[in-house]
Amino acid sequence: MKPTDIKNPEYFHKVVDCQHACPAHTPVPEYIRLIAQERYTEAYMINWDSNVFPGVLGRTCDRPCEPACRRGRVEEEPVAICRLKRVAADNKGDVKKHMPQGPFPPNGKKIALIGGGPASLTVARDLAPLGYEIHLYDEQKLGGGFMRSQIPAFRLPESVLNEEVNYILDLGIHTQFNTYVNSLKEILDKKYDAVFIGTGAPKGRDLDIPGRQEAAANIHIGINWLSSVAFEHTDKIGKKVIVLGGGNTAMDCCRTARRLGGEQVKVVVRSPFAEMKASPWEKEDAIHEDIPIIDNHVPKSFVVENGKLTGMQFEKVHAVVDENGKRKLVPTGEALVFIEADDVLVAIGQENSFPWIERDLGLEFDQWGLPKVDEATYVSTIPNVFFGGDAAFGPKNVITAVAQGHQAAISIDLFCKKEDLHNRPAPYVNLISQKMGIHEWAYDSEVTTDNRYIVPQAEKNLTLSDRKKEVELGYDGLTGFKEAERCLNCDVQTIFTESKCIECDACVDICPTSCITFTENAETETDLRARLKVHATNLTQDLYVSDVLATKRVMVKDENVCLHCGLCAERCPTAAWDMQKFFYNTTKAGKVCH
Amino acid sequence: MTYIRPKFRHPELPKNKLGYTINYYEGALSTLCAGCGHDSISAGIVQACYEMNIEPHRLAKMSGIGCSSKTPAYFLSNSHGFNSVHGRMPSVATGANLGNRDLIYLGVSGDGDTASIGMGQFVHVIRRNLNMVYIVMNNGCYGLTKGQDSATADAGSKNKSGNINLFESIDLASLSLELGATFVAQSFSGDKTQLIPLIKAAMKHPGFALINVISPCVTFNNNVGSTKSYDFVREHIEATSTLDFVPEMQEITTSYTEGSSQQVKLHDGSAINLHKLSSAWDPMDRQSAMNAMMNAKNKGEILTGLIYIEPETKDLHDLIQTTATPLNALGKKELCPGASALEEINADLR
Repeated sequence: MKPTDIKNPEYFHKVVDCQHACPAHTPVPEYIRLIAQERYTEAYMINWDSNVFPGVLGRTCDRPCEPACRRGRVEEEPVAICRLKRVAADNKGDVKKHMPQGPFPPNGKKIALIGGGPASLTVARDLAPLGYEIHLYDEQKLGGGFMRSQIPAFRLPESVLNEEVNYILDLGIHTQFNTYVNSLKEILDKKYDAVFIGTGAPKGRDLDIPGRQEAAANIHIGINWLSSVAFEHTDKIGKKVIVLGGGNTAMDCCRTARRLGGEQVKVVVRSPFAEMKASPWEKEDAIHEDIPIIDNHVPKSFVVENGKLTGMQFEKVHAVVDENGKRKLVPTGEALVFIEADDVLVAIGQENSFPWIERDLGLEFDQWGLPKVDEATYVSTIPNVFFGGDAAFGPKNVITAVAQGHQAAISIDLFCKKEDLHNRPAPYVNLISQKMGIHEWAYDSEVTTDNRYIVPQAEKNLTLSDRKKEVELGYDGLTGFKEAERCLNCDVQTIFTESKCIECDACVDICPTSCITFTENAETETDLRARLKVHATNLTQDLYVSDVLATKRVMVKDENVCLHCGLCAERCPTAAWDMQKFFYNTTKAGKVCH
Repeated sequence: MTYIRPKFRHPELPKNKLGYTINYYEGALSTLCAGCGHDSISAGIVQACYEMNIEPHRLAKMSGIGCSSKTPAYFLSNSHGFNSVHGRMPSVATGANLGNRDLIYLGVSGDGDTASIGMGQFVHVIRRNLNMVYIVMNNGCYGLTKGQDSATADAGSKNKSGNINLFESIDLASLSLELGATFVAQSFSGDKTQLIPLIKAAMKHPGFALINVISPCVTFNNNVGSTKSYDFVREHIEATSTLDFVPEMQEITTSYTEGSSQQVKLHDGSAINLHKLSSAWDPMDRQSAMNAMMNAKNKGEILTGLIYIEPETKDLHDLIQTTATPLNALGKKELCPGASALEEINADLR
């Protein structure tokens, strides 16, 4: 194999698994270290720069970082990255003085943002300080989009959301709330320099089975119902409630129903429990609130008696894998199951919907009704119309919407400067040695064996009686510190310098996780992986291969379970190994270094 | 600050036949200098014991004083050990071996502990053919007292402060051959592929087995002009052979095959496969081995690998005809046979 090109920042970026997995590439280990040092404000600002909504995401993020966390490969549980973010948000000082301070000298360009959710707000935050005049349209009376209408207040207090939405609106955004945009043509006619569409995926999927029409009064589409609760149009529900669906919306529906008078709330899902789309922790929280999750039940009909819904019929199924390896749900042949219900919440998915976009404007849609959007630049087939968030590629999550908002903002900025949209800015990268002494590093290199700390919750009888009472209490400072100490500092990279190595084997002998091997090089990566001290079977993790050494061998390091403990560098007599802190930050609009 | 080794290990570490992963054979974190050759030898011992499926409680680590003699703290934490007086490790090992012949005795010593203060003990333990492995971690200097030349420093070798050594060195391997050692090997701490099979074969050898390992002192003897530095040893190393240790063999005959391959059958059915690099050498002929050592020395080379082996040999127990049962397994009746037995012995002496 050829020597690894460590000058390419993407190599070490990939080693920082959490940051790499984060759609917005938040520098996770950097802010976790700051939390451990009680530098909460700085930790918050690192987050704010990357993901715009640290307080919101610290409570509600889908956490793609956690399954990626290296700690999950050396022990049971990853670092509680998401909830540590909340520690920064909860304990921060005055962050506003670290944010861009308006008024900003105008650059003469006007931008319209349709929809007031995370994608649009991210675009607004990135562009406003550059002097753009931003007009934000939303049909609701407050900004936040689905973060406000879909995420129940017991998971995300309104005060937290308002605070973070207002940081952006305070940058001088012209808001047009309570304004439903029903024509893109009208917006385009207003001669904005660019238009960004971040209208989400607002249409909840319905379930067209017998009884649907007759029982309509007691059947509610999940996301509409949650929105109606959030804006206080709905404040009660029947005692017996069935929630259909296995995603996070279903979990939010059932837990909200428990707080609005639902005494016997049941989640009924077609697929097996393990295959449900909901995050494991959301399922746990639902079960904790006495909500049974009944899996392998396919809805067949709504049962109506005397014009009123009394329940639903379900067919029992089991999952079978057919000869093509496809999973199918096959009826077990048992009798239909009847489950009583006063109300049914349908949370079986949501879709994009653009009834307000005229089809003769030159904006093309694909066969599924999604706009044709460039995956790198987020531009549509109209050169000054951009998409982001769920509106661009279908429903995902808040952090993805933020990441796409950043990219769309870059495109809009480039477009307005008449530059090539594909000329994306390089990331900001830094690499600094952490060496301070023989056994001393500028980072806390000791690896604790502590297990993941549980986030404390408020008493169930309190939370179930008040829809707005936040369930999770968050880590206190000390627990936050202990949890932060579990981070393996994967951004502190092991850097190897061939010319200094005397091949004494000290690093090989000391490495606790047997990552380092000196061996003859192999033609292919597969061969080399089999030659290592412990065979490198995790193909998603790269090998760090050195140039040829004096004995004609190469150093090969399997990045897979490296603890970044620094012992290789401590035991190296010639400093051929060094621990260097790698900082990688995605460049935002207007921050390009010329 | 880190003096602490993380507890986590690679989750896919393979297990040996006993069901242990290699970390069961580890010791405490080394306090030797970073890059010390001794740590590599320790790691070689760990690897060899793991691969040989040795139950740690079946092995006793014996050592004297010095950097080298500290190392038993850094491997095989679950084994027995005795850190004895400077240069007196052979006596303690002899006593231990006489008391319990069933253990594997792994002695670790240095060039000072062996070739200076312990020389008297060393030569006699060879003469007696005590069944043990005797590893010399040989760095040619007194590292623990700031790097003075030791008795194995070569004449003409330059130390860190620039002084040339005036005295002839003691060549431990040649000396052992002269004294009748039945297993003599040399190796280099920077070459574990050679060292590990040698340690395995030595542990199987039923008599005294010397492995003289050149182990550079990175702090005091790794300078230009030293003959025990990483660079010098790598440039002047000459291997007798490449070798594999074969733990269990079905049917082997100690026969010379065509070409340069040779198999040495050991007493318990295991074997050493040698791929000889020099044709003018027979590892089972003492004269040939001594010639090979002398020739290498004349050429300024360091000969490594298995130098000499006498697979069928009689150890101290065989020579003095002790009981086959370890003393700790004998009952009171055997150990204190009483006044009548004493009278019998005394009668013999009259």
